[in-house]
Amino acid sequence: MDRHLLSINDLTRAEAFGILNTAHELAIISDGTLKKLPTLRGRTVVNLFFEDSTRTRISFESAAKRLSADVINFSAKGSSVSKGESLKDTAQTLQAMGADAVIIRHGASGAAQRLADSGWIQASVINAGDGTHEHPTQALLDAYTIRNSFPEYTDSFEGLRVAIVGDILHSRVARSNVLLLKKLGAQVTLLAPPTLLPVGVDSWGVETSYQFDEVIPKVDVVMMLRVQSERMLDSFFPSEREYSRSFGLDSRRLDLLPPRSIVMHPGPMNRGLEISAESADSHKSVVLAQVANGVLIRMAVLYQLLGGQTLGDISSVQPITQVANK
Amino acid sequence: MASLLDAGDIGRALKRIAHEIVERNHGLESVVIIGIPTRGDYLAKRIAKVLSEIESPVPVGTLDITMFRDDLRLRAPRPLLPTSLPSGGIEGKCVVLVDDVLFSGRTIRAALDALGEIGRPKSVQLAVLVDRGHRELPIRADFVGKNIPTSANESVKVNLTEIDDEDSVLLIPEVSGEHNG
Repeated sequence: MDRHLLSINDLTRAEAFGILNTAHELAIISDGTLKKLPTLRGRTVVNLFFEDSTRTRISFESAAKRLSADVINFSAKGSSVSKGESLKDTAQTLQAMGADAVIIRHGASGAAQRLADSGWIQASVINAGDGTHEHPTQALLDAYTIRNSFPEYTDSFEGLRVAIVGDILHSRVARSNVLLLKKLGAQVTLLAPPTLLPVGVDSWGVETSYQFDEVIPKVDVVMMLRVQSERMLDSFFPSEREYSRSFGLDSRRLDLLPPRSIVMHPGPMNRGLEISAESADSHKSVVLAQVANGVLIRMAVLYQLLGGQTLGDISSVQPITQVANK
Repeated sequence: MASLLDAGDIGRALKRIAHEIVERNHGLESVVIIGIPTRGDYLAKRIAKVLSEIESPVPVGTLDITMFRDDLRLRAPRPLLPTSLPSGGIEGKCVVLVDDVLFSGRTIRAALDALGEIGRPKSVQLAVLVDRGHRELPIRADFVGKNIPTSANESVKVNLTEIDDEDSVLLIPEVSGEHNG
């Protein structure tokens, strides 16, 4: 596995299953009394969040702490420095502090890649969501949750049918999920109004549809996406009521789902808009399992990136003066 | 490549270790057997089988100690192996750790750390099929299948039919690579 986790494309199919298997073993270990593992003692993990987040930041923080790493939360909110400069300054500060991993969430697509490629830091970079690009750990925890519900797909998702419904255009969760689900062998259908499908979706290798009712009886997994009002600067659909009627998961559609199927949502949910309260709380909903599994997946990723020898172990950290002169 | 133990030797050694465990603990009342994956786990199950034949059934568990190793930073991350602890736990029990080869003692140190996180056993004993010397820590085994003096650059390979072709212990000369702790 590469030093960074920026995109699902950084992982081979075997590496992706390796992370899921590691999370599975971690679940068994921490299910009992082994709540705290000494594995990353002395490592420093920085949460660098330029965008608001509760569950992802807390999930990463909890994962790092359960592996005994030191966690620094760096909230960049309110920074008025232009993007490139601020990211560079911040990165150099983190390097000087001796960070072993930087978990970055940023509003600009490609921010994590920039941080990793810049040469500003030696730390491993983990993408926790960059703009409308990717959110790889979310896709991994979703795949893990799916596998827990369908043990027959433990070694391959060949034959698994997944529908991803809603705001595909703005969703980094959808992008990472499409990449990972296809990599693992699943068959993916995207359901959205034409205005919320990205340009070039034909090249993604997935099916698209506007008819929720036709697709829903044929899927094992229905993944609802949040309508991201904060990224919608234009009107993408006539009204919330009409969106909800065409693409919302209400109790009528819930009944159309096959018996064993599951309902997923990355959160936070707009109850009543893309998902009804009844669907969100039904026995088919695995939303809370997704949150719990997030910690395990992030522990597995941190272990894979930091558990062994890292760049910082080989070449000692450069003196601060030297970095500053560059 | 010299053969140190054959299938018959391994069977007899495990039988003797089982009898010694019963003798040392005056029965099996609070004994729990815990194997260290991969081959220690199979040996633990074999010892438990002998114990159930000669005395009574005992709880058996598996403990992966990867996350507790002190040499994690010296190589690439290893995949985790299954862990399953007996439902009765280890609190107040006489835990018998089982591994295939005792070498540096670092695996056992990691196992003791892991056990310390799980609970407080009344005592911890160690059973190994082969003790090859070269300890780097003050750790010794309570039950030893066979003491085999080796040189540090030799390697001891334990084969078990559960995952290998045969039951055997081989001495492989001058090999760098996998070290059994």
